[in-house]
Amino acid sequence: MLQITNLSNTVADKPILKGLSLTIQPGEIHAIMGPNGAGKSTLAYTLGGRPGYEVTGGTVTFQSNSVRPELVEGLSFSGDKREEKDGASTGSARTDVGAIDLLALDPHERAAAGLFLGFQYPVEIPGVSNLQFLRESLNSQRKARGEAPLSGGEFIKLAKEKAALLGMDMDMLKRPVNVGFSGGEKKRNEMVQMGILDPKLAILDETDSGLDIDALRIVGAGINAIMRKPDKAVLLITHYQRLLDYVKPDFVHVLAGGRIVKSGGPELALELEREGYAEVVAA
Amino acid sequence: MNALALPTRRDEAWRYSDLDALATAWPAAAPELIIVRAGDSAAHVLLQDAPDDAVAIRDYRVEIAAGGSCGFHVLNIGGKLGRVTISVTLGEGAHFALHGAIIGGCEQTLEIVTTVHHAAPGATSEQVVRSVLAGRATGNYLGKIAVARDAQKTDASQSVKAMLLDRTATANAKPELEIYADDVKCAHGATVGELDKSALFYMASRGLDPATAQTLLLRAFVAGVFDGIADDAKRERFEAAALAKLEALA
Repeated sequence: MLQITNLSNTVADKPILKGLSLTIQPGEIHAIMGPNGAGKSTLAYTLGGRPGYEVTGGTVTFQSNSVRPELVEGLSFSGDKREEKDGASTGSARTDVGAIDLLALDPHERAAAGLFLGFQYPVEIPGVSNLQFLRESLNSQRKARGEAPLSGGEFIKLAKEKAALLGMDMDMLKRPVNVGFSGGEKKRNEMVQMGILDPKLAILDETDSGLDIDALRIVGAGINAIMRKPDKAVLLITHYQRLLDYVKPDFVHVLAGGRIVKSGGPELALELEREGYAEVVAA
Repeated sequence: MNALALPTRRDEAWRYSDLDALATAWPAAAPELIIVRAGDSAAHVLLQDAPDDAVAIRDYRVEIAAGGSCGFHVLNIGGKLGRVTISVTLGEGAHFALHGAIIGGCEQTLEIVTTVHHAAPGATSEQVVRSVLAGRATGNYLGKIAVARDAQKTDASQSVKAMLLDRTATANAKPELEIYADDVKCAHGATVGELDKSALFYMASRGLDPATAQTLLLRAFVAGVFDGIADDAKRERFEAAALAKLEALA
């Protein structure tokens, strides 16, 4: 689904990621933990394509079967992979169908290809209602994929269903995007957006920060309901183990100094919580 | 001064204008007179959408007698030079409200120039102007408020906000207060800004293409200016014209 190889970047000319590699398969949930300043949010923004996050080395390949390359500017397929897509698919090469160079895409094209970025600090957009924002976003993605736009009625039905999943009422969806929302409401709103946009891969940057215990449980259940599927994957970026009680990761990685320095199963998160990053990173 | 002489930059009201363009259309026609009788209320709208190379000078003189009220909605988007001047004189307890939007691109110079004379006590005026400027366009709002010596209890406000889409665009906002009474309220505020880059990235991360994202943000910025147009068909015509112009800038 996602293959990051030797990714390096700079932010304001300062090197942050220094040769980070990570592979995520469909159906997997990966957690990235790490101390402050390790590059966790930088990784999320870089994968999302935020301006100012300059890639200086490495590759990121993203598996997306739903995107029509001719409709996405900058999309590059290598020759043999393209042939696979055209019908001559055989055995093991199948997994490469639709593999795209993520870094060649603009942020909105990455979204259309199936990437979702959950923000640590969701942005307020005064004057634009959540519903309008999400409908335009979804239809913009659908257009890029060559799909018909959803009608107003179809969209409202979808939005209601996903909002209910996160315990959010429709009145909140009618309000301007994130304006006047509490920290917890903003994070729940991120998950409602994720539900509506239905991505292949979600990168969730500290979705657990600012949540009380009840909200954490609701958000955790939301992530599971929306993303715990064989054809989807999640990259959870978090400081704390507590979200992982609700969203069980298949793999846990420690990010320090711009690289993955240790990988393991869920037990690694518990070990980190118990002993601290310094201890584990040094070991 | 000869009334037919072409204004110069030394003339404060023309300081930021496009005088070369103006020369082609000078002298301008006499002002259109709007008279609101005592206790009456009036609503005026102006959609200035002259063709690209035109020079459009629209000049109004508004006289509102005691207790009268006048609302004016202006959308100024057309012409190489599009200039709307409104000179208002308010009688006792009269009210004037201007809601205007300027949306310009390319080499356009678009202006709203107002003078509101609070000539008698207890009159109120409210002016809200939103400008969106791209390319090498210039958008000007010059708003003068003159409060006469006995015009106590005057309440006047101006709110001007401009959004620059390119570093080459220019916004001028100049409130000018001339107050001879001592018991008045005159509020004015002016801001010039750019689109919020973090909002644009947030929107892109949800799949919105840059043009659509920009148009959504600008619609929100201009939204509300035309809410007060009571006639639905007229309001929709203004909103559609504003949206089309915003989309053309994206």
